[in-house]
Amino acid sequence: MITSIDNKILIAHLLRRAGFGCTYDQIEKLSLMEYDDVVDLLINPEYGPPKDQDLLDRYFIASVEARTARHADPQWTWRLAKSEKQLEEKIALFWHGLLAVGGIKLDHGLAMLEEIDLFRKYGLGKFGTLLLKISEDPGMMYWLDNQNSHKDAPNENYGRELLELFSMGIDENGEGSYTEDDVKTAARAFTGWASRPTPPPFFLGPFPMEFSFDKSDHDNTEKTFLGEKGNFNGNDIVNMVAKHPSTAKFICKRLYLYFVSETEDWDEINKLSEVFLKNNGEIKKVLEAMFKSEHFKSRDIRFKKVKSPSDLVFGISRLVDKYKIPNLDSAELAINTLLMGQFLMNPPSVEGWHEGEEWIDSGSLIERINYASTEISNTSSYGVKRIIEIIKETNISEPNDLINRTLETLGYIDITEKTKEMIKDHLRKNKFTNKEDKILDVLKIIVSTPDFQYC
Amino acid sequence: MSKQKNLVVIQLSGGNDYLNTIVPYETGLYYDYRPNMGLKDNSIIPIDNKIAFNSNIDFFKKTFDDQNLAIMMGIGYPEPNRSHFRSMDIWHTAKPFESSSIGWLGRTVKNIDPKGLNPITAVNFGKGLPRALACPGVSVASVGALESYGLFTGVSGAQNREILLDTVDRIYQPMNRDGVPSLRLLETGRGALDGADLLSEAPNNYSSDVEYPEDNPIAQSLKGIAQVASARLGTRIFYAQHGSFDTHTDELKNHSLLLKQLSVAIDCFQRDLIKQKLDDETVIWIFSEFGRRIADNGTGTDHGSGGVAFLLGNRVKGGLYGEYPNLEPSAQLEGDVHYNTDFRTIYSTILEDVLDVDSENILDEKFTKLSILNS
Repeated sequence: MITSIDNKILIAHLLRRAGFGCTYDQIEKLSLMEYDDVVDLLINPEYGPPKDQDLLDRYFIASVEARTARHADPQWTWRLAKSEKQLEEKIALFWHGLLAVGGIKLDHGLAMLEEIDLFRKYGLGKFGTLLLKISEDPGMMYWLDNQNSHKDAPNENYGRELLELFSMGIDENGEGSYTEDDVKTAARAFTGWASRPTPPPFFLGPFPMEFSFDKSDHDNTEKTFLGEKGNFNGNDIVNMVAKHPSTAKFICKRLYLYFVSETEDWDEINKLSEVFLKNNGEIKKVLEAMFKSEHFKSRDIRFKKVKSPSDLVFGISRLVDKYKIPNLDSAELAINTLLMGQFLMNPPSVEGWHEGEEWIDSGSLIERINYASTEISNTSSYGVKRIIEIIKETNISEPNDLINRTLETLGYIDITEKTKEMIKDHLRKNKFTNKEDKILDVLKIIVSTPDFQYC
Repeated sequence: MSKQKNLVVIQLSGGNDYLNTIVPYETGLYYDYRPNMGLKDNSIIPIDNKIAFNSNIDFFKKTFDDQNLAIMMGIGYPEPNRSHFRSMDIWHTAKPFESSSIGWLGRTVKNIDPKGLNPITAVNFGKGLPRALACPGVSVASVGALESYGLFTGVSGAQNREILLDTVDRIYQPMNRDGVPSLRLLETGRGALDGADLLSEAPNNYSSDVEYPEDNPIAQSLKGIAQVASARLGTRIFYAQHGSFDTHTDELKNHSLLLKQLSVAIDCFQRDLIKQKLDDETVIWIFSEFGRRIADNGTGTDHGSGGVAFLLGNRVKGGLYGEYPNLEPSAQLEGDVHYNTDFRTIYSTILEDVLDVDSENILDEKFTKLSILNS
């Protein structure tokens, strides 16, 4: 029997993983639904620009036809911090890290934003479609040099990364279920795939690019790929790769590591791969199975995953509900994740980011603590006012109750007993002139704990 | 007697214009290519009958005359990349041909202090860690301003801050917690807290009559370095950045200002080091991710390849190293100067003769080091 409080705890957990977390009031509202219905809601976002798109464009004019990747920042960070379609942003971030294209080379803000939007649009659909769209993406073609791949001189970069990093993967010994010849064939099949500039909409700024196919530069001969013979084009390669069992395993492993746990559990990953194969690689079906599984909901999974800088920054900014309209401060959000080691729209390499404990070094931990403790105690933010109000409404006198209530208002989070004891000590040892100061101290300490670095 | 030496890195971010830093004032081609921006007369201080310092770095001239400045001419790497990010990455990781997220100095810290006993073996001044210092499991302090460094710097009231710090400090005590939070995270927390403690104490015992100009950011960073160095906390690598040298427009004005700031800052720093009796153990390394185009674009210059770098200090054997690149069209690389010294030869020299580590361990390759440092 699921009690109402258990339902809240589970929904809060779901939203921290499938999104960036919720406020107390949002959880109250969502918990009127069954957990499974909340999953269904999350995995079926209606694609389209948000209601406040015009507002954002007006405040950040330079980001609309963004010249550089940096100009594009406000367009994405605003949605990471505000969008109600949380999974749509979270999955875009996932694909941005897996089908990674870096601003280090593609310093073209418009192309970068188009790519992020492609991840929103196709990121929960069939993997084959997504892989085809990204293979046609001008930014990706430039990043992995497919522009320079010609019929008489194929460049193997895209063919190789497509198989190794984007779909079939390799094991710890560097072995894949494809051969060097398959890489060469893939490269040949993608010759002639290029992009061309379209007229620029403004006087300044880069030319928007579009996909082009040059038939005369395409290797139009018979090829052998994964043991099959045919006059394959890039589409055929994508189709064959997308339905391969190795791809199902590789993508499900990456989804598992991103959404569930940093420790690979192959029983669970294999179950997900079966769902992947049975549903023609439809990602939302995999996520549905994942989020509804007892494994995902179990206690062992909660608060064991290190928050990425984005989890931390956008989690806090959602919790404190600071931004009613876009302002300069909201544009700084990208700087905050950067200082913590995640340079959005510029993953360090085609491999994306190394997740987990590698996020945290002494410099980034200081940034995390200073950012979180400053924001959570800024009483001019609407969300902070609300947190204090909720805690004050509850009639509590014991330190233990105060701490527990605070944890609930922060989205039903958990800390270890030892940490709790030390906060109790803090409350006992020190005198507070009023209740609000006491609450603010508890808030500041909780977001500074090692426990808070997990979600 | 050989005393342990420390390294101070000054990164000139944005691509410092080689030709207007060390000016080939007897080469007619230079003035042909730089009709609007060729430096002459009072704007230069001759080094010999071919090349001259930009007059804004007059302190460099003084150190050169004292034979404590080594000028690395035509420094770079094969297949130059003209993207700031990529080129800076190459200098940071010392890997021209592959993408890596581990910095050469981060690896060095791991080599010097494998157990991570000193959280401030390397200290970076500035926000955000440069990739040069990044390495998994290595603790590097990254300081905005020394006075306000540490946790809860935004909390009002010193007493409140102390109380909070005390509690958080106790929460990060490594003890058995069944895996979560992990020991590694707790130890990182300890490193951060201890490093912050050590560093915030450093200015207390520092006194100096050298006045670093307040409105000169690189001077302020070097002041912070002098404060930490004088506290002798075992820091071997200091890192600071100056810029932006990305002078596509208005170069004469902007480049002059940046060089002047640099020259004044190093002048202050060197005088301070003498006062602190640190001048014999400090070596300054100054580099940029690339030089700029030979031809100007009207009021500025665009991204180029092949640049100039400097080693400076009492232990440095001053002089000119490498050759000034030839500006003849036939000798150019797509409008840029060719490099003639691989920067990794200087890295290997710094690693072995300043930081006392095996350079091959860090660079994964053996380079013939130069004889630039007196032991």
